[in-house]
Amino acid sequence: MQPIATITGKAVVLPVENIDTDQIIPARFLKVTDKSGLAAGLFEAWRYLPDGTPNPDFPLNRPEAAGATILISGRNFGCGSSREHAPWALQDYGFRAVIAPSFADIFRSNALKIGLLPVTIEQTIYDELVAMYASDPQMTLTVDLAAQTVTLPNGRQVNFPIDAFSKYCLLHGVDQLGFLLSQADAIAAYEASHPQPVKTTG
Amino acid sequence: MSKPRTLFEKVWDAHLVRPETPETPAVLYIDLHLIHEVTSPQAFTELRQRGLRVRRPDKTLGTMDHSTPTTPRNHLGIIPVIDPMAISQLEQLRKNCAEFGIPLFELGDENQGIVHVIGPEQGLTQPGMTIVCGDSHTSTHGAFGALAFGIGTSEVGHVLATQCLLQRKPKTCAVRIDGRLGLGVTAKDIILALIAKYGVGGGTGYVFEYMGEAIRALSMEERMTICNMSIEGGARAGMVAPDDTTFEYMAGRPFAPKGADFEAAVARWRTLPSDEGAVFDHELTLSASELKPMITYGTNPGMGIPIDAPVPRPEDMPDPRSRAALDKALAYMGLEPGKPLLGHPVDVVFIGSCTNSRLSDLRQAAQFFRGRKVAPGVRVMVVPGSQQVKRAAEAEGLDRIFKEAGAEWREAGCSACLGMNDDKVPPGKYAVSTSNRNFEGRQGPGARTMLASPLTAAATAVTGVVTDPRTLLN
Repeated sequence: MQPIATITGKAVVLPVENIDTDQIIPARFLKVTDKSGLAAGLFEAWRYLPDGTPNPDFPLNRPEAAGATILISGRNFGCGSSREHAPWALQDYGFRAVIAPSFADIFRSNALKIGLLPVTIEQTIYDELVAMYASDPQMTLTVDLAAQTVTLPNGRQVNFPIDAFSKYCLLHGVDQLGFLLSQADAIAAYEASHPQPVKTTG
Repeated sequence: MSKPRTLFEKVWDAHLVRPETPETPAVLYIDLHLIHEVTSPQAFTELRQRGLRVRRPDKTLGTMDHSTPTTPRNHLGIIPVIDPMAISQLEQLRKNCAEFGIPLFELGDENQGIVHVIGPEQGLTQPGMTIVCGDSHTSTHGAFGALAFGIGTSEVGHVLATQCLLQRKPKTCAVRIDGRLGLGVTAKDIILALIAKYGVGGGTGYVFEYMGEAIRALSMEERMTICNMSIEGGARAGMVAPDDTTFEYMAGRPFAPKGADFEAAVARWRTLPSDEGAVFDHELTLSASELKPMITYGTNPGMGIPIDAPVPRPEDMPDPRSRAALDKALAYMGLEPGKPLLGHPVDVVFIGSCTNSRLSDLRQAAQFFRGRKVAPGVRVMVVPGSQQVKRAAEAEGLDRIFKEAGAEWREAGCSACLGMNDDKVPPGKYAVSTSNRNFEGRQGPGARTMLASPLTAAATAVTGVVTDPRTLLN
């Protein structure tokens, strides 16, 4: 995993609440056995018209959204299915951070594991960002993970929360499995002192 | 005297390899890891790349359910898989399980089925356990007083390699459901009403514990329906304290303890319910007595109404954001605000999914098909949750009732719940579905889903229009 320090980039706003992971990537794109090419399915039903051509009204398809690396969306982003294909697809498309007033628990956890930064901001800041984007669809933001701040186009900085462990892992490009593997002795001790409730191997 | 603890806290505490600190999350031990073909292949790839083994194949079980067809068996008794991508995904799971020594219920096996149906029916799901799966409806298993939740594929890899997860302790929420359900009102209506009342994000950050008179009166299968849709209310897990109903269900199941071991287990399980005076971080309430059959009109499971209510009007919404969401949902659904859903024509009825595909669901649905015909022009898919449910239903003749009425009786699997196998709702068509999600395109591109109970779905199947099941009950 690549370390994240600051992310400065063009933002695109998808002003919809409760965007579920079926919208982020429909299930029919989940038949792959690897992580490649998932960007093709990102927001597929919204990005394309029924005849397969790009929907010109969809924010990601507007010319000024080309190269955007920060997605801004309404509250409860990523609700529904636990598919990690959702953050994989966002990352594959080029997004490095998602900013929203709130995230669904499983999506947030999945995104943190792969280095797609979920940034939680106040609803009022979100409303401001939507308004700023309406007047400047080329707006750029800076997300500083170490400082836990988002710098708005007007220079104002707002803070966002992130748990210390996820922050450390993202800043140093360390994946969480490594930490778990380092706990092998404690895990073995736990297993030795706890009876096994079921054995699937019969 | 120690501090009174909730059911969740007891299960959480008992599985701490390492408690959380300000710097690090808890290391939580996992008793049972269920895997399926869609969310596991990349985790096995990760294991191979790092030269890791599966730490506890004896605490892991695979099944095939999501991308599998549910078409009836051919003359050789085989369920044919035609989609090359599904074939490759299933083959990958077969290979992964064989290489790492993980038991697998393959497509067509006598025990195969939807992951959240087979765990409980095999007796693998037990009170007090921690259970995870790369599937958000893992919350289903909480009906037994287990802490069960969905995880992503990275975490599937974590559990395969270490049998543990890194977790921050979630907050607790008591969901008190008092009163008694009226005739024709079911567990599905309880959970749809709860999500309609508190919204799809209301449970974010919490583990629900369902309690109260209405919950105590439910069977295990009904409790599973409720816990299943906890995630639709935003809660990653939902739990019900184990009681005699739980223990009676457990007794004699293949993986449940036997004889004296069972008695000892029951004695342990009886200590799990939340202590008197245990404190929850939050509380939600609902009165079961006032509930009517519920149905959804929109594009998330919180957009539900009593079946005899009109579709909400955007101008009645409290704020511009919910107005915009309702406008968008009604445009997708092609529904008129202020009009009733009752009597709305339907093209497809789907009875199945990890929410409502168990024997009691099929029995409930069958009562409306008995001696009736599916309405002309309606496609009705009845999909048992597992091969075991299928055999049990056939043993009591339910399959004949469905088939004689003109419904399709299919093989076990996730089927039309999620639009990733051949069972889909065509674009623009209306479905009344017993599944759990009415998201745009969930049941196929352009599909228009109305979520409801098996009773409402069956009543709708025989009339061809959205129907209050109470009008067909004698």
